[in-house]
Amino acid sequence: MKFGVVVFPGSNCDHDAYHVVSKHVGQPVDFIWHKQTDLSGYDALIVPGGFSYGDYLRAGALARFSPVMKAIKDFAAAGKFVFGVCNGFQILCESGLLPGALMRNSGLHFVCQHINIRVENEKTPFTSELDAGEVLSIPIAHAEGNYVCDDLTLAELEDNNRIIFRYCDENGEPSNEANPNGSRSNIAGICNAEGNVLGMMPHPERACEELLGSNDGRDIFRSLTKAVERMEGK
Amino acid sequence: MKAKVYVTLKPSVLDPQGKAIQHSVELLGFEQIADIRQGKYFEIALDADLSENIARQTAERIAKDVLANPVIEDYRVEIDR
Repeated sequence: MKFGVVVFPGSNCDHDAYHVVSKHVGQPVDFIWHKQTDLSGYDALIVPGGFSYGDYLRAGALARFSPVMKAIKDFAAAGKFVFGVCNGFQILCESGLLPGALMRNSGLHFVCQHINIRVENEKTPFTSELDAGEVLSIPIAHAEGNYVCDDLTLAELEDNNRIIFRYCDENGEPSNEANPNGSRSNIAGICNAEGNVLGMMPHPERACEELLGSNDGRDIFRSLTKAVERMEGK
Repeated sequence: MKAKVYVTLKPSVLDPQGKAIQHSVELLGFEQIADIRQGKYFEIALDADLSENIARQTAERIAKDVLANPVIEDYRVEIDR
């Protein structure tokens, strides 16, 4: 099993992701510079948070043209796992691997705080170690996390259980007050139709140690590891 | 030859930045402002010997593939000889 953490100019959560995979999941992991085009040997990729290309034009818009992205599309099409966090989610949306777009937060501020998200679908490679309805405390840190999509896309996401996480209060209620950025339908994370590509704005890699206030993020990485094991067992 | 590209949010998409600007404008005392929406403007210098038609096609492609995100934005191209 091998993980890869993709590094664009301006990525800044790459070392956190690397640390979590190597220390808490205990799996081999490499950094993958954005100019790399050979992803053979990898089973799961993390597209980390940060400010790729300085967020110029739109968050994630220019990273889409990095050489590694064509390889990531082939990687995803082959059924391997791609996990985008924060800027990684923005990049996956901009590159068309996930539907919709992430706009400026409705409150305009950069929001950096622990929030609660509810697990909406526990039957995915990223959430199998979690329970449906479970509430996780995970930090967010973004100015462009306001998920938008048209009615048709929203219906498709809902009908196929592709909304994986929703912002909620501590009781698991996805209220307006618990929505930190104006995201449509309190969406915090979605997956593609095949279920092997996940994007989410909250940072589970920053919630893997009690010392940091929460270790609720660990089960997401554990789920992903088990999914790779299952795939290897086939 | 210059292509001017205007990228604007689709009418259906809320524009929190435009709303904040509108609020500031109203605080300055300007009245009768119904709405302000923020967009982006690009100038693309193109080779002078291109035909206007080719220049427009090129700029349209750049706008569609790079400058605008079709999920949330529309674009408009003008060519200046």
